[in-house]
Amino acid sequence: MTTTLTPAEQAWHALEALSDPEIPVITLRELGILREVREGALGLEVVITPTYSGCPAMGQIEDDVKAALATAGLQATVVTQLAPAWTTDWMTEAARDKLRAYGIAPPHACASEKAGSANVVQFAARSARPEVVACPQCGSSNTTETSHFGSTACKALYRCLDCMEPFDYFKPY
Amino acid sequence: MQAPVDYLLHLADNALVLGQRNAEWCGHGPILEEDIALSNNSLDLIGQARLLYQHAATLMGHGATEDTLAYFRDVPDFRNYTLCELPHLPLMAATSAGDRDFATTIVRNFLYSSLMVLVWDRLQSSQDAQLAAIAAKSLKEVRYHLRHSRDWLVRLGDGTDESHARVQAALDAFMPYTSEFWVASAQETAAQANGCGIDAAALRDDWNSIVDAALQEATLKRPADTAFLPTGKQGVHSEHLGFVLAEMQSLARQHPGATW
Repeated sequence: MTTTLTPAEQAWHALEALSDPEIPVITLRELGILREVREGALGLEVVITPTYSGCPAMGQIEDDVKAALATAGLQATVVTQLAPAWTTDWMTEAARDKLRAYGIAPPHACASEKAGSANVVQFAARSARPEVVACPQCGSSNTTETSHFGSTACKALYRCLDCMEPFDYFKPY
Repeated sequence: MQAPVDYLLHLADNALVLGQRNAEWCGHGPILEEDIALSNNSLDLIGQARLLYQHAATLMGHGATEDTLAYFRDVPDFRNYTLCELPHLPLMAATSAGDRDFATTIVRNFLYSSLMVLVWDRLQSSQDAQLAAIAAKSLKEVRYHLRHSRDWLVRLGDGTDESHARVQAALDAFMPYTSEFWVASAQETAAQANGCGIDAAALRDDWNSIVDAALQEATLKRPADTAFLPTGKQGVHSEHLGFVLAEMQSLARQHPGATW
């Protein structure tokens, strides 16, 4: 049986399996970077959104998307859209499991951003840091933060005090 | 509705110049984790600057790009706060890169991030939709910058005699430069008038709360306000910005249009 796919469906099909250049175990779609395929003013449009403003992988991601579309013989424009701002809350459960299996602790839910400046003060205070980051190796919650910033902008460095392994924590954003 | 280009350049120049300054630590951090932290901080700031320059360039037309704005403007064209361009030293007489002072870096990042969490928060409701979108992203990033610099401020202030003395000296040297935050420039007034900017002076109480709470925890003494008013955002800079730009722009000017 032959099914005719719309161009948008073909594009999704072509892009579904594209993985993140830095974290190859999860796909761009699972990360929430690949947001939408639509018929727009520019014809077929593939909408992507940057993670951190300065993420150096964005250029690579755009190139990968273009290459995959070209391989599938699709004429499409890649549109970078900032709003609504990317958040780690969009990451699927499946992606979180894959991150954990890969040795990266998945992000907690983002705190409510509605409180504005009051929230900012609270966020910065040492006492207001209740999140426990479980070790992706042994599952222990007896862990400590080594550094707020890790090997990429989106991660922090942690260490497990039970199995003593260092690990990355994908920060809530 | 679109923000005035000069206002976008003010925001972008702050981020670019401080990002370039903090990048001086790359490969020279006091410990590996801080080398990485400051490089990440720079990456965020330069990323924010790029988004803002791209937006400004689109509004400007006439062949403007993020690169022409970053690399082919001169000192008087830059609209950043003077605070962002100062060397990593509390004593202006010393200029050797080897004298870089980590406490100074932390104090500046703390003073600037404490302002920008408020600025980006308010700019999320800018009438300029693209600026509002950039603000929403930048806010998420600057919260981490504030958390990082505030933690170090407390560790250094409430640390050893030497770390306390150094961070206090940095605070004494840099706090007077924050007066520039509260006196609106022409571009800020224009942006506020068309609903794309904010009233920075109205953020002062919130900023004081953030700063004073941290200084108290850090056992540091806030220096008294002075009459000094820097003018970087008007394009009248300290002698230091020229050196920052010379290093940052030399490659692009020697090899215009170079790519790799």
